[in-house]
Amino acid sequence: MTLRRRSFLKLAGLGLAGAGTVPVAEALVRGTRTEAGQDALRGKRWAMVIDERKCLTRGGCDACVQACHRAHNVPRMADPKHDVKWVWKERFEHVFPDRVTPYTPATMKERPTLVLCNHCDNPPCVRVCPTQSTWKRADGLVMMDMHRCIGCRYCVVACPYGSRSFNFEDPRPAIAGEPTDYPTRTKGVVEKCTFCAERLAAGQRPLCVEACEGIGCGALTFGDLGDPGSPVSALLRANDVARRKPELGTSPHVFYLL
Amino acid sequence: MHDTGKILVGLGVFGVLATGPIWYGLSRGGGAPPDLPKPAAAKQCVEPTAYMRSRHMELLDEWRDAVVRDAQRVYVASDGQRHEMSLTGSCLRCHEDQEKFCNKCHLYAGVETFCFDCHQKKRKLAATARREGGLP
Repeated sequence: MTLRRRSFLKLAGLGLAGAGTVPVAEALVRGTRTEAGQDALRGKRWAMVIDERKCLTRGGCDACVQACHRAHNVPRMADPKHDVKWVWKERFEHVFPDRVTPYTPATMKERPTLVLCNHCDNPPCVRVCPTQSTWKRADGLVMMDMHRCIGCRYCVVACPYGSRSFNFEDPRPAIAGEPTDYPTRTKGVVEKCTFCAERLAAGQRPLCVEACEGIGCGALTFGDLGDPGSPVSALLRANDVARRKPELGTSPHVFYLL
Repeated sequence: MHDTGKILVGLGVFGVLATGPIWYGLSRGGGAPPDLPKPAAAKQCVEPTAYMRSRHMELLDEWRDAVVRDAQRVYVASDGQRHEMSLTGSCLRCHEDQEKFCNKCHLYAGVETFCFDCHQKKRKLAATARREGGLP
C-alpha cells in the first residue's frame, strides 16, 4: 500500500494530538498543587530593628550569634579569612564609618555592633548574580538558592556590608557541636542570613530575635513594615533610626537605634 | 576481497572489546536491579510507586523550586494528602537509610547525586565524599 500525502498528513496530525495528551494525563495522575503551610507568617515587608542601647548593656553577650550559627550549621573555620558568618559583631567604626569623627573616643569606636544581611530594597548582590541564585522575595527577604550558586563571588564583592561569606573549604568538618537537620553547605557556595525564611514558613520569628528575648534583653525586634500595628513600625515611628551606608541607595531594612 | 579473513578477525576482536564490559558485569551478577528495602512505617509513597520510580527526580526538582524559590512547603498529592516537601523531613522519614535506598539504586544506574552533600539527618554528618571520587 502506498501512503498518499493526504493520508500521511492525517496520520501525523492524529499522532501529534495523541502525544499532546500525555502531559495532560500526567498532570491529572499526580498532584500539581503546592501551597504555603497554614502556620506560615505572611508579611508585606519584613524588617528588623536592632536596639544597640539595649544590646550594649549585655557586654560580650552573643546569644543571638550562637543560636543562629548552631541552628543553621554555620561552620567555624580555623583560618579567620575563611570564616563564615550570618550574624556577628563588628567594631562600631566599621559598621557606621560616617558616624565616626577624629574626636570620637576609642571606647565608642570599638563598641561591638551587631551586623547581619540588611535585606536591602535595592540589593546589589541580586543585581550582579549571574545565575539568580540570590534574589529578592516579594516580602523583602534577600534569599540564597544554594542549588544554583556557582561560587563566582560577584555578590560578595557587590555587597557593601560584607554580609556574605564564601565557603573556601568543606564546611562540614568545621561545624561545632551537634549539627541540626538544617542543610549544610558545600565548598564553593556563598551563604548569608536569610531572616530565617524556614522559620517564617513555620510561623516562627527569626531565631536571633527569640534568643535575644530568651535572655530577657529584647534588643532585636522583627516584624512587618507593611503592618502599621507591628512592633517594628511602632519603633520606626517613635525613634530616630540609623541605617548602614544609606548614601549608597540600597535601602537596608535592618534599622539601628544608637 | 582479499582480506576477508583479517576483516572478520578484526570485527570479532572489536565485538569482544566493545561488549566486554557487559559480559564482565553479567559474569559478576551485576545485571539484576538492586533489591530496595520497603519502609516499615508506611505502605504508600506520596505518589504511586511506578511514578515515583520513573519520575522522582522531577518531583524532587519541583519540590526544591517550590520550597526555596516560592516559599511553598506543602505538597498536595494526587490523592489529596498533604505532605511537607522535605527530603530529610518526608522522604528519609520512611526511607530511613539513604545508603540502602537512594544510593544503592543510583550506584546501580550509574547516576551521581549530590543531595546529601548538604542535606543530612543529624546522625549522618560526614565530610563531603563526592570530591574524593566515587559515587556518594
